[in-house]
Amino acid sequence: MLIGLFNDWIVVVLMMIGLYIVIAHGNLIKKLIGLTIFQTSVFIFYISMAKIDGGTAPILADGITQYSNPLPHVLILTAIVVGIATTALGLSLVVRIKESYNSIEEEEIQQQDNDEQLSTNKAEENA
Amino acid sequence: MIDIVLLSLLVVIAIAIIRMKDLFAVVMLTGIYGLLSASFFVAMDAVDVAFTEAAVGAGISTLLMLVVITMTGRKEKSTRHKPLSALFVVMLTGGLLIYGTLDMPYFGSADAPIHKHTSPRYINDSMEEIGIPNIVTSVLASYRAFDTFGEVVVIFTAGIGVLTLLCVARSQKNDEEIDSINDSMHQQHLVIRIVAKMLIPFIFLFALYVQFHGDFGPGGGFQAGVIFASAIILYAMLFGLSTARKVINQTFVQVIAALGVLLYGSVGIVSLMNGGNFLDYNVLSSNPIAGQHLGILLIEWGVGCTVASVMVVIFFNFAGRRAFQQHKKQAQDKESSAC
Amino acid sequence: MIAHLPILQVIIPLLAAPICLLLNRSKLVWLFSLLASGLAFSISILLLQQVMTSGVISYELGGWQAPWGIEYRIDNLNAFLLLIISGISTVVLFAAQTSIEKEIPKDKHVYFYVLYLLSLTGMLGIVATGDAFNVFVFLEISSLSAYALIAMGNKRQALWASYQYLIMGTIGATFILIGIGLMYQMTGTLNMEDLSQRLPEVAQTRTVFVSFVFVIVGVCLKLAMFPLHLWLPNAYAYAPSIVTAFFAATATKVAVYLLIRFTFSVFGLSFSFTTIPLQTLFMALGLFGIFVASTTAIYQSNVKHLFAYSSIAQIGYMIVGFSLSTVTGLTATLLHMFNHALMKGAIFLALAAVVYRVGNVELKNFRGLGRQMPLTMAAIVIGGLSLIGVPLTVGFVSKWYLLTALVEQGWWPIAVLILLGSMLAVVYVWRVIEVAYFKEPLEQNVEVKEAPMSFLIPIWTLVIANIYFGIDTRLSVQVAEAAAQSLFGVSP
Repeated sequence: MLIGLFNDWIVVVLMMIGLYIVIAHGNLIKKLIGLTIFQTSVFIFYISMAKIDGGTAPILADGITQYSNPLPHVLILTAIVVGIATTALGLSLVVRIKESYNSIEEEEIQQQDNDEQLSTNKAEENA
Repeated sequence: MIDIVLLSLLVVIAIAIIRMKDLFAVVMLTGIYGLLSASFFVAMDAVDVAFTEAAVGAGISTLLMLVVITMTGRKEKSTRHKPLSALFVVMLTGGLLIYGTLDMPYFGSADAPIHKHTSPRYINDSMEEIGIPNIVTSVLASYRAFDTFGEVVVIFTAGIGVLTLLCVARSQKNDEEIDSINDSMHQQHLVIRIVAKMLIPFIFLFALYVQFHGDFGPGGGFQAGVIFASAIILYAMLFGLSTARKVINQTFVQVIAALGVLLYGSVGIVSLMNGGNFLDYNVLSSNPIAGQHLGILLIEWGVGCTVASVMVVIFFNFAGRRAFQQHKKQAQDKESSAC
Repeated sequence: MIAHLPILQVIIPLLAAPICLLLNRSKLVWLFSLLASGLAFSISILLLQQVMTSGVISYELGGWQAPWGIEYRIDNLNAFLLLIISGISTVVLFAAQTSIEKEIPKDKHVYFYVLYLLSLTGMLGIVATGDAFNVFVFLEISSLSAYALIAMGNKRQALWASYQYLIMGTIGATFILIGIGLMYQMTGTLNMEDLSQRLPEVAQTRTVFVSFVFVIVGVCLKLAMFPLHLWLPNAYAYAPSIVTAFFAATATKVAVYLLIRFTFSVFGLSFSFTTIPLQTLFMALGLFGIFVASTTAIYQSNVKHLFAYSSIAQIGYMIVGFSLSTVTGLTATLLHMFNHALMKGAIFLALAAVVYRVGNVELKNFRGLGRQMPLTMAAIVIGGLSLIGVPLTVGFVSKWYLLTALVEQGWWPIAVLILLGSMLAVVYVWRVIEVAYFKEPLEQNVEVKEAPMSFLIPIWTLVIANIYFGIDTRLSVQVAEAAAQSLFGVSP
């Protein structure tokens, strides 16, 4: 069992490291990096389930009978593209956030928003 | 054995990424993470995926992140709020997943349900039904062509999204000033520029090879698109964004991106017209196999066009925003010194 | 062409998006998008008719047989959803041209329509498909376009809200991806119909249990179900008004659809409600959602925020109906999806009109609007009454079904709580009405006039639908009931 599931367990550890970075870190770029690691680890999980011992890459050739499963490969090709699309969009949001808040730290941005809210509330009360 | 070594290395790198505060180092490590997972994919026989992950994980995404940290600063502030609650969520999710693995088929076993149900048809019959040796391409471009269509649309969406967020309203004067900054930056590096000039045609050639060879070996429209775009990006990095923009007009690139999606879609529409279902290539020609070949060729071109042009659009806009910011900053500096 | 309706439903808006980019002229692009969305709406009507008369339609993409290729599978449930989404999209799009004139810079209008159509495509694709992985792909199309659309809002908070939504949404989607992977690993298939037949064999395994949990948690993140709702209020409040109207009326419905599809069709009723205490859990979370979100809504000073929290509360009602796992309960949920789309569509479009005239939707700016914009405010009042559940509005119909379903099962205390929850809706709706009708206008707003026709026509289309379907319930109830019955395997 140890050998049979060892890969899967390491992959779970990798996923959780990614998820941890997303949740615990306040830097917006670091969060996106965490997301990338999380997703890449899910890809690793998919790809390792396609592997057959003694199989080869799923490109038909003479004299080979055992191929690894091609379907997860196809799914992950799609998922990688989705991943880079999300990253690109996320990064462009970060650039814009930096321009308008002059910070890419979650806490500082939240603080600025709260301050703004407070000052408008105060202005309202005075009126 | 090699897979365990690679996985352990991945864990080490991931932990290093958590602990590092210098974003430049973190981004480089992320690139290495992508490259290592690509090597792992090769060990797992997933050559097509490895190719893509190397191009995307180690290439494009690293590049984009580097461009971004030049704009946002490379230091992460060490305020770590709520690590405990995060740890709790992660432990819970991870524990649940480990629990879930307990009934999984073992790694590499040929009796797992996924090797028994749908995949035998792909492996045994694809040569007869589609007629190309790379099974991944058969599944990607024919059996599950609609997923791939969705994928092209996703990348198109991302391109438009980045455009809306980052495109700078352009005026003649602005452009010229930005150009002058850019040009002054790119006067050095003579050797690299000459080498690159010689290299770029070969990169294009390689892209075309990957585009057409996808039926027989690893490769296809997506990988070719990324390689093609990388040649243009290389050009833009060495000769300045404005020069690159003169050679390749941005509106033109957008049109190509849209046309790629439309090409893919119209293959489907033509099969509707010919009496088949959407994306049924058998009806594209009197001989089903020839139809499959034609269909795959065309949609791979659609993928290639959209991917290459969206990558170029994304890079141009990130770099353009950077130049715009620098320009604004310089203008501000000038004003303040004049006072 | 009739045989190809399922795929045309999705690819018409899909292909319209790149064509819009090529047309590149704001007004033209608007008309073209309206045409594409309208076509999608008419197709959805035809599909619903076809499904109601002759049963499930299966469409094999690429001509490949189901578990090997991707299948579109239209039954009562998704035909109903397709109708809601494409209908609301068309009505909202009608007002788009006028609304974005004030809220989005001119050079981005074309991109706005492209992204709008892509987002519509994504939602339609999620609903129409019968393939689990295809759901993920179209989910990402709709999400990515949603992030970009929300970020187009003109305050900087829009960027931050969009970023937070991106993080939460991607975590949710990745959870769904993990769930689908585990399912696939145990069965070897991705087709939903095939999954539902093969999952029972392995239902006892821990892997399938975990895959179920991951799919549900992922969907609930997208659904903004309490307590995973934190991304929603800001995303709705700071997005351009048209985007808010479109998403508030449709996006969460798509997630509710996925929840129903995965629990009822894929994993099956007996598995879903026995392996984990889904009933108690969802009932509790649904009720908490209703009370917490309604109470928070009362304290908001921005009316978009107020109705965004109200949306979270309304999701609570859908979840309560769902958790009953009876035909009547599910009918109530489906009806509420339809009805809520009508109410929130009308309310948020009216708010878009207020933004057009006043500039923002801070509650203080509503002073005197009752006289200055009588038709727009009347729409908000009727929409609000519908939210509360007053007879002769659609809100009453779905509340009635929900209460019947609860009483049927003997859940009296819960029924009382639901009624109490509606009282909270009275409070927050009243706050808006009070300011609008019983206060004098602010100085800077004395000049404000009624909204232009391009707003009033779509707003009042939805308001009249609110009343019409509140009185003549045959159509909506018939479809919802048929959909619920087919999910329970009861022949109508």
